[in-house]
Amino acid sequence: MSEPNEHAHHIVGPGVYVAILFALLIGTALTVWASFIDLGPWNPIIALAIATSKATLVVLFFMGVKYSSKLTKLTVFAGIFTFMILISLTLADYISRAWGSW
Amino acid sequence: MSTNAIISLPDQSTARIPKDNFITRENGLLSWLLTGDHKRIAILYLISITFFFFIGGALAGLIRLELLTPQTDLMATDTYNKVFTMHGIIMIFFFLVPSVPATLGNFFIPMMIGAKDLALPKINLLSWYLYMAGGILAVYTMASGGVDTGWTFTTPLSTHYVNTNVLTTGLAVFVAGFSSILTGLNFIVTIHKMRAPGMTWFRLPLFIWAHYAASILMVLATPVVAIAIVLVALERTFGIGVFDPIKGGDPLLFQHLFWFYSHPAVYIMILPGMGVISEVISTFSRKRIFGYTAVAFSSVAIAVFGFFVWAHHMFIMGISNYAVLVFSLLTMLVAVPSAIKIFNWTFTLYKGSITFETPMIYAFGFLGLFTIGGMTGVFLGASGTDIHLTETYFIVAHFHFVMVGGMLMAFLSGIHFWWPKITGRMYPEKISQFAAVVTFIGFNLTFFPQFILGVLGMPRRYASYPPEFQVLNVFSTAGATILGVGYLLPVLYLIWSLKYGAIAGNNPWQATGLEWQTQSPPLTENFAVMPIMDHEAYDYEWLEQQQQAHKESEATHAG
Amino acid sequence: MPDNPVTSQGASGAAKHAGSADNADILHAGHPPYLRHHFNSTEQQADTANFAMWLFLLTEVMFFGGLFTAYLIYRNWYYPAFVAGSHQLNVVWGTTNTFVLILSSFTMAMGVWCAETRRRKGLVLCLTLTFILGLCFLGIKTIEYREKIEMHHVPGFHYSLQSFLDPASNPEVFKEYHDQPLALDMARHTEIYFSLYFLMTGMHALHMIIGIGILAFMIFRARSGAYTAGHVTFVENFGLYWHFVDIVWIYLFALLYLISRHQ
Repeated sequence: MSEPNEHAHHIVGPGVYVAILFALLIGTALTVWASFIDLGPWNPIIALAIATSKATLVVLFFMGVKYSSKLTKLTVFAGIFTFMILISLTLADYISRAWGSW
Repeated sequence: MSTNAIISLPDQSTARIPKDNFITRENGLLSWLLTGDHKRIAILYLISITFFFFIGGALAGLIRLELLTPQTDLMATDTYNKVFTMHGIIMIFFFLVPSVPATLGNFFIPMMIGAKDLALPKINLLSWYLYMAGGILAVYTMASGGVDTGWTFTTPLSTHYVNTNVLTTGLAVFVAGFSSILTGLNFIVTIHKMRAPGMTWFRLPLFIWAHYAASILMVLATPVVAIAIVLVALERTFGIGVFDPIKGGDPLLFQHLFWFYSHPAVYIMILPGMGVISEVISTFSRKRIFGYTAVAFSSVAIAVFGFFVWAHHMFIMGISNYAVLVFSLLTMLVAVPSAIKIFNWTFTLYKGSITFETPMIYAFGFLGLFTIGGMTGVFLGASGTDIHLTETYFIVAHFHFVMVGGMLMAFLSGIHFWWPKITGRMYPEKISQFAAVVTFIGFNLTFFPQFILGVLGMPRRYASYPPEFQVLNVFSTAGATILGVGYLLPVLYLIWSLKYGAIAGNNPWQATGLEWQTQSPPLTENFAVMPIMDHEAYDYEWLEQQQQAHKESEATHAG
Repeated sequence: MPDNPVTSQGASGAAKHAGSADNADILHAGHPPYLRHHFNSTEQQADTANFAMWLFLLTEVMFFGGLFTAYLIYRNWYYPAFVAGSHQLNVVWGTTNTFVLILSSFTMAMGVWCAETRRRKGLVLCLTLTFILGLCFLGIKTIEYREKIEMHHVPGFHYSLQSFLDPASNPEVFKEYHDQPLALDMARHTEIYFSLYFLMTGMHALHMIIGIGILAFMIFRARSGAYTAGHVTFVENFGLYWHFVDIVWIYLFALLYLISRHQ
C-alpha cells in the first residue's frame, strides 16, 4: 500500500531460537549467581543490566524486532521512551522533595 | 463577502438521495448493533454521546442553579459535591474524550485517507460496547447514590474518607478508558496501513494528523490511569497501603499517575477539535492551510510535550519545589505549538475568500475562545500565579474555555460541516447561524465572569459563597441558560433536517477532501472505485479542474 | 487481541459486498478466504494485525509501567523494609519459575516457526508444551503465594510484622540472611513491599492465565490445521503477547527477588 512493503516476512529459524534460549538460560544462571555475591551498590545495577540484556534478546529475536520494519522498531522505542518519562519525572519529584528543607 | 458564496446544491427538483448507501444497505436494529462499518459505529457513538452530553449538561444546570444564590438552598452540600463530580466524570470520560474522535474521526478517517474501513472493524465495535458499558455503569452509579470525590478521585479522600460509590465509578472510568485505548489503537493502525495509493503523509488532511497525535496519547497515557484506578480500588477494598500515609504510602503518587494520563487527556480532547478547525477554516476561506507542515508537526509536538507537563496540576499539593520549577518551565513549551496553530489559521484567513456558513462561525468562536483559554493556561502554568489562582473559579473558567469554548465549538463546527455528508441533507442555514451566535454569547456570559470570580478568590467546588460574589454568579447562571438554548437548538433542527433538509449532493461546500468526492451519504465501502491521491491536500485548483472536466464530459455525453 | 480474522466471517464479508461494489470483483478476485474485505492484500492484513499487536503491547508497557514506578519510589524511600521483605521470598522457586517461563517462551517461538513453515504436528506439540509450562509457572506461583499466606504476609489480611520485628522467629530465612530486627515504623512499611509484590506478580499471573486460556483455544484450532494453511497472524500475535509476559517476569524476578539480597 502507501508504505513500501517491508514485510517480506523473515522467518527466523530454530537454530537462532536455540541459541537465544541458551543465552537466556545462562543469563538467568549468571544473575542468580551474581546476587549471591555482595557487590554493594553494584548488585542492583548488575541484576538490572542482565535483565535488560535478556529482555533485549527476547525482543530482538523471539519477538523478531531485529527483522521487522522501522515502524515496529519505532513502536518499541516509543514504549520505552514514554515509560522512561513516567519514571524519571516522577522520581525527579521524589528525589528533590527534601532538598532545601534541612 | 456574500453569505452563500460557496454552497452549491444540486437542482432540488431532480436531486435524490442515492438509493444505495451505508444507511439503506441493511435494515433492522441488529444490522446496526452488530455492524463493522465505521460509519454506522460513528452514528451509534453520535447518538450515545449526545445522550451523555445532555445528562452532563443537566447536572451543569443544577450546579449553576444552586450557585444563583450565596446560600445552599437548592440542594444539600453533599448532594452538590455529587452533582459536580458526576458532571465532571460524564462530561470528560463520556463526552469530551470520545466526542470528535469516536464520531467524526470514526466516520471520516477512513474516508479521508481513501480506505474502505478502519483497520480493525470488530475492535471498533467492541470499543463502542465498552463505552456504553462504562457509560451505563456511570449513570447507574449516579442513580444509586453517586460519588463525591470530584472527577479526579483524589486520594486519600477517595480511598479513606468517602463512603460513596467510588468502586463502581472507578470501574466505569476503567472500562471507558479501554474503549478509548482501542479507538486510538485502531486510528494509528489505520492511518499507517490503510492509506490509498498516493496518499503520502504530507498529503494527509490536517484532521488526520490531529487524530494521529491524539491517538498516540490515548494509547500511551490511558493505561496509566487504568492502573491508578486499580490501585485506588485495591486500596479501598483491601487497604494495600500504597496510597495510605499511615502505612507509609504516598497519596501524591496517585496524583502523579492520574495526571500522567489526565493532562495528556486534555490534548486527547482538544487535538481532534483542532483537526476539525483546520478543515473548516481551509474550506471556508478557499485556501490551503498556511504552513501545512508546521500545523501538522505542531499536533505531534503537542502530543509529545503533553507527556512532560503533568505535575503542573500539583503545584500546591506538596511536590518538590524544584519539580515545580521544572514542570512550570516545561509547561510553557506546550504554548508554542498551540500558538503556531492559532497563528497559522489566522494567516490562512488572510486574503482568503471567507464565507460565514455555520461551521465557520463556530470555528471563529473556537479561535477566540481557545486563545483565551490557552493564554489563561499560561497563567496557571506559571507557578507563582498558579498558587494564587488554582482551586478557584479562575481554573474552572480556564478549562471550560478550552473544553467547552474550544472543543465543543469545534465539535459543533464539525457536525455542521459534515452533516450533509453523513445524512445527505443540509441543515437549515439561518437558524443554525443563529444558534452558533447564541452559543457564543451564552458561553462568554457564563464563563467570563468566572475568571473575575477566581481572581477575587472564590474557591471552586463549594455550594455556597460570600454574598459579594452574587452579581457575577447571577451573570454566569443567566449565561448558562442561554448556552443551554444554544445547545438544544442544533438537536432540534438537525433532527428536523433528516426529513426536510435540502438534498446536499456530493460536495455542497466545494471542499477538497476525498470524503467529499463520493456520494452523500457514502456507500458502505465508501468509494465505488478506489481513489488515487494525485495532488496535495487543500488543492482548490485541482478541485476546479476536476469539476471542469466533469462538466465537459457531461456536455459530450449530452451531445 | 487484534482482529481474529475467523475464516468464515472474512469470506462472508467479502461475499456480501462483492455484488454491490462495481470493482469489488476485481479487488477480491482469487484472494485467500481469510482476507477480509477492507484489505487489498494478505501482506497488508498481516502487517496491520502485527502493528496493532505491537500498539497493544505498548499499552501493556504503560500499564505495568505505573506499578514499576511505584515500586522504584517506595524502594528508595523504605530501603530497609524492602530488603527485609525481599528476603522473605524464595529465590529457588523464583529461579525455577524464570527457567520455566524462558523455556515456554522458547517453545512458543518454535510454535510460531512451525506455523510459518506449516508443520501442523510441530505446532500442536509446541503449543501444548507452552501450555504445560505456563501451568507449571502458575503452580509454582501458587506454592509461593501459599507460603506468604501462611506467614501472614498478605497485606490487608491479618498482616503480621513478626518476621521483621523478630527475624530469628523464622529460622530458615534468618540462617541465610541474618537480618537485624527493623524498628516498628520501618517494619510497617514491609506491607507496602508485599502489596507491590502481590500487585505486580498478581497482574503478571493474570496475564498468564489469560494467555493459557487463549493457548487452549489455539491448540484446539491448531489440531484441525487452522493455522497451518497459511494464515498465521493469530499465532504470531499471540507469540508477541507471550514473550511480552516473559519480559515482564524477567524484570520482576530481578527487582523483587535479586536486587535486595545484600544490604
